[in-house]
Amino acid sequence: MYAFDIERPTSVADAVAALKDEDALALGGGQTLIPTLKQRLAAPSKLVLLTGIADLQGIANDGDTLRIGGTTTHATVAADTAGSYPALADLASHIGDPAVRNRGTIGGSLANNDPSACYPAVALASGATIITNARAIAADDYFQGMFETALDDGEIVTAVSIPVPEKANYQKFVQPASRFALVGVFVAKFAGGVRVAVTGASNEGVYRWTQAEAALTADFSAAAIAGLSVDADNLIADVHGSAEYRAHLVKVMTGRAVTAA
Amino acid sequence: MTTVTMTVNGAPVSHDVEDRTLLSSLLRDGLKLTGTHIGCDTSQCGACVVHVNGQAVKSCTMFAVEADGAEVSTIEGQANADGSLNVIQQAFQDHHGLQCGFCTPGMVMSTVSLLKDNPKPTETEVRAYLEGNFCRCTGYHNIVKAILAASGQDVSAE
Ligand SMILES: Cc1cc2nc3c(=O)[nH]c(=O)nc-3n(C[C@H](O)[C@H](O)[C@H](O)COP(=O)(O)OP(=O)(O)OC[C@H]3O[C@@H](n4cnc5c(N)ncnc54)[C@H](O)[C@@H]3O)c2cc1C
Ligand code: FES
Ligand code: FES
Repeated sequence: MYAFDIERPTSVADAVAALKDEDALALGGGQTLIPTLKQRLAAPSKLVLLTGIADLQGIANDGDTLRIGGTTTHATVAADTAGSYPALADLASHIGDPAVRNRGTIGGSLANNDPSACYPAVALASGATIITNARAIAADDYFQGMFETALDDGEIVTAVSIPVPEKANYQKFVQPASRFALVGVFVAKFAGGVRVAVTGASNEGVYRWTQAEAALTADFSAAAIAGLSVDADNLIADVHGSAEYRAHLVKVMTGRAVTAA
Repeated sequence: MTTVTMTVNGAPVSHDVEDRTLLSSLLRDGLKLTGTHIGCDTSQCGACVVHVNGQAVKSCTMFAVEADGAEVSTIEGQANADGSLNVIQQAFQDHHGLQCGFCTPGMVMSTVSLLKDNPKPTETEVRAYLEGNFCRCTGYHNIVKAILAASGQDVSAE
């Protein structure tokens, strides 16, 4: 690792001010950033530690919507949403391993937008709103491709507002080495319709499978998508699976999620 | 340089560290507590697991300054007060839960966390909990058996 200083602000305002420095980077749980620094893929002059800011922690529930603070760990989400949004709790409880879940944060995961990460799927399928120090961004506008988001430099994810669906389920086909999603599908059924978000599969990162959404809104059953097919164009192909294999998995995982929801 | 102050295995400790110093480096190089092992240094293997404020973390993926003010416990703090092995350590010995022993400190620290949350885990729960602890020797079978035994469950049929 190159040398850098770590600042430890206790308010969002101080963190935003510290991040104005050109080479400063936010540090959440560090579960992605620290390995990146070790590989010298990033060379910040300063890290701004967000986990000491009390305002960014914890979960509020107003019945229809959960508001999850940006530095809330995966372990806390798994424990505290088991009653209010079980599919979200289940997703969080299968990220990495217990030690990763004790450190990694929802804001860090959404800011990173790894194409195989789990949280982007629940955020997009639930129609979440990403709240930053500056504005509120709808999930549909927030995810902009592999590792790309609508965040500006120095902008902090302070919270995520997640509407709770009537029914939901996440099916993760685990990539055996990294244990990220080789393909993960999150299905959420709201009174106004069904949303289906797919992670792990596309070169563009998380996306909505709108054809399946229409079919499932008309008939919420695995049979409703039986006639659909997924185009392998622009899907990820690597040593773990071809684009065609991932296309196949998208449909299988969607069907399983609908059945399990 | 930043001065960090924390309790390590119950004893107060103060040390000057560079901000980029990992908690694992502070423990091993600064405090000479070399029981915490570095296997991968990329947050995969779990050999470096310690507890920070009671929670299992990979000490190779946390900065020492992030543990400023915290209570840290490592494998060196796990034996009974009289120096004998604690229940988990003894079970690893009795059930051959280690061969080279490189993964063992992390395995024991993860097991302490597991049994605190879930005193009588099933075999499936033990295996799921150890997802981030790799062992290249044992094939895991005897580790799982040792943990079930440490939780007071009968493993004579295993
Ligand atoms: C062994 C292992 C297995 C894993 N398995 C999975 C898995 O199965 N599924 C999965 O989804 N993830 C997985 N992860 C990734 C994990 O969830 C990370 O915790 C997460 O991607 C990043 O969160 P973090 O808080 O650690 O962020 P950091 O590593 O601290 O930061 C990541 C990036 O986000 C920025 N950032 C952090 N917080 C904020 C914020 N609040 N606002 C703006 N920018 C911010 C940082 O500047 C950095 O660029 C795994 C990680 C490991 C090490
Ligand atoms: S050395 Fe920390 S996880 Fe391998
Ligand atoms: S005993 Fe050798 S790595 Fe586990």
